[in-house]
Amino acid sequence: MTGQLLAQLMNGLLIGCMYSLIAIGLTMIWGVMNIINFAHADFLMIGMFISFWLYTLYGVDPIFSIPVCGAVLFLLGWLIYRYLVSKVMTGPGLAQLVVTFGISIFIANAAVFLWSPDFRMIEKPLLAGTWNFGTVQLSIPKAIASLGSVAVSVALFLFLRKTKTGKAILAVEMNRSSALLMGINTERVNALSFAIGSSLVGIAGAFLSMYYYIYPQVGGTFGLISFCIVALGGFGSIEGAFLAGILIGVVQTLGGYFFDPAYKYAIVFAMYLVTVWIRPQGLMG
Amino acid sequence: MHGKRGRILPYALTLLLSLALASAGAAADKVIKIGAVYPLTGNIASTGLDCLHGAELAVDIINGKYPDLNLPLAKTAGLPNLGGAKLKLVVADTKGEPRNGQAEAERLVTEEKVVGMIGAYQSAVTKTASQATERLKIPYVCSDSSSPTLTERGLKYFFRVSPHDAGFARDQLQFLKDLEKAKGVKIGTIAVLYENTEFGSNVGKQVLMLAPEYGFKVVADISYTANATDVTSEVGRLIKANPDVLMHASYITDAILFTKTFKEMGFNPKGILTFAGYIEPGYLPAVKADGNDIIVRSTFALDLAKSKPLVAKVNALFKKKYGIDMSENAARSFAAPFVIADAINRARTTEAEAVVKALLATNIPGSEMIYPWKGIQFDPKSHQNIHARGILVQIQNQNYVTVWPFDSAAAKVIWPFPAWKTRK
Repeated sequence: MTGQLLAQLMNGLLIGCMYSLIAIGLTMIWGVMNIINFAHADFLMIGMFISFWLYTLYGVDPIFSIPVCGAVLFLLGWLIYRYLVSKVMTGPGLAQLVVTFGISIFIANAAVFLWSPDFRMIEKPLLAGTWNFGTVQLSIPKAIASLGSVAVSVALFLFLRKTKTGKAILAVEMNRSSALLMGINTERVNALSFAIGSSLVGIAGAFLSMYYYIYPQVGGTFGLISFCIVALGGFGSIEGAFLAGILIGVVQTLGGYFFDPAYKYAIVFAMYLVTVWIRPQGLMG
Repeated sequence: MHGKRGRILPYALTLLLSLALASAGAAADKVIKIGAVYPLTGNIASTGLDCLHGAELAVDIINGKYPDLNLPLAKTAGLPNLGGAKLKLVVADTKGEPRNGQAEAERLVTEEKVVGMIGAYQSAVTKTASQATERLKIPYVCSDSSSPTLTERGLKYFFRVSPHDAGFARDQLQFLKDLEKAKGVKIGTIAVLYENTEFGSNVGKQVLMLAPEYGFKVVADISYTANATDVTSEVGRLIKANPDVLMHASYITDAILFTKTFKEMGFNPKGILTFAGYIEPGYLPAVKADGNDIIVRSTFALDLAKSKPLVAKVNALFKKKYGIDMSENAARSFAAPFVIADAINRARTTEAEAVVKALLATNIPGSEMIYPWKGIQFDPKSHQNIHARGILVQIQNQNYVTVWPFDSAAAKVIWPFPAWKTRK
């Protein structure tokens, strides 16, 4: 009984760390630009497919495709911001909403067209199998992916606090017009944030591809949960998203185990509703 | 008088002749539009496409001349009683959503003017789509959805060719009984795990209801939200319940995730009996050897070719067209076009009331189909095919082989399920 409880708790933490990394990219884009990137879940899917194709075509293990996924998604995010999103940044709010929505639909359908709706899996990743700690069994790829997610989140945190560019991003997040007056190139910061946000979710995709199945609509549920995490953690708060992700992972797993698996997502969303009811700005907003 | 008649006659003859020619021309060009609703994008797009391929091949066979295929309307081009009229599938994408099923079915009828409907694979979608056709009075022949409630609604225009899950649940429980007898093993407890939409929850209901009748105790009753990101809590509950046998109703995404999680967490029942997701063509390529020894309900298996040469011939055509072997889903969806075309052909019209009457009189013999059934005849009240029955296939060396009923089995069942630790 206690063994199973511990196993559930550990698994909740692991999936929670994964959620955190996915949501941090989203919250960063929101915090800096005040736009919701609806294509975020599709970026996750692209990350997973890059990892899959590198493995299938060139035999590159997903653990080594992490930097590639990060770099490709960084570039893609930059280009999408530069040539699509920036065009509507000064336009009405609805246009900003619709542009990422359109990108999402385009990417999802392009993926079906290019790669078919089939399910793929990376067959034999270097990291496979389980660690046995008495009654608790932990999947090695899940554990490594989650540790990696934490590491990437910490790295981002340090980048924002310790480097000049990071501080510029934070400054824009706090007050765009003041930042502009202080001589910060806000347009460049926007592009950089969009690119970093995309890059993070690309890295999350590479981690996820080590143990999760891959297909064009794979981002769906992850995307929905990450919106919930961003709101729960406080819009734009990176620390908030990190904690909320882990919280949601644990609540989902334990709720499913003790209460009823059919309601595990309902429990998560109920918790979210109660939190925003008491604290509309989110946990750390 | 005489002169006048003499002048009219050629005109009248010309008119008659031209009318006759016109109608002959119309008949030869005539297309019978049948709507096909399937999930072609979204979570189970791969399955929807597979189903559609089955239906498309059926339409090809009906429209073309296949003298060596013993299938209804295969030997003639088109529908002979309607002057060789050809069938045309008008395809619509449900995206796997019940609301789209309804909207697309309505659109196909009102805008595309289809005279019959097939699809939609997911029971929840078939439910709403068939409500739309019922209201618009269009015959709907379904051969790929398995929720028992679909034929319990008393609809006038809805017919189902394939078996439903109440029958499948009985098959699986009967298999366990037969196994106890044949192998001298004792199976006491069952866990039932199911996704919580129309399909899964009805399987769950049936198993819960029927298990005591067969003398099994249900020790866990677990429903879950489909397309989960993580299923460790579900598997944790299963491990705690420690059943002899797991019965799992799932679509493909969760089937893949559960298989991985069973292995990861070391869930080792004596047998895993499943519905649907585990037989979809995307499943085995994704899980590979981890799928071995899992048992799935089916209406079709390629090894039926041993007793039915027709299966091999149809599969050869399928493989030529789509490059892969016919799956169970493609095989099930393959049935509906024949049934609807056969009824329209006998009714000699596409008028709905006459087609429904003809559907009720359907009597396609078992020799003219690729399934192990006695035939197709609809129950006058429920409109369920009374001869439909299931088989059980087991994944052995990453192939689906028939293991039950024991008398038509192609291989011996592997039992108990080997523990994950002992597997490669």
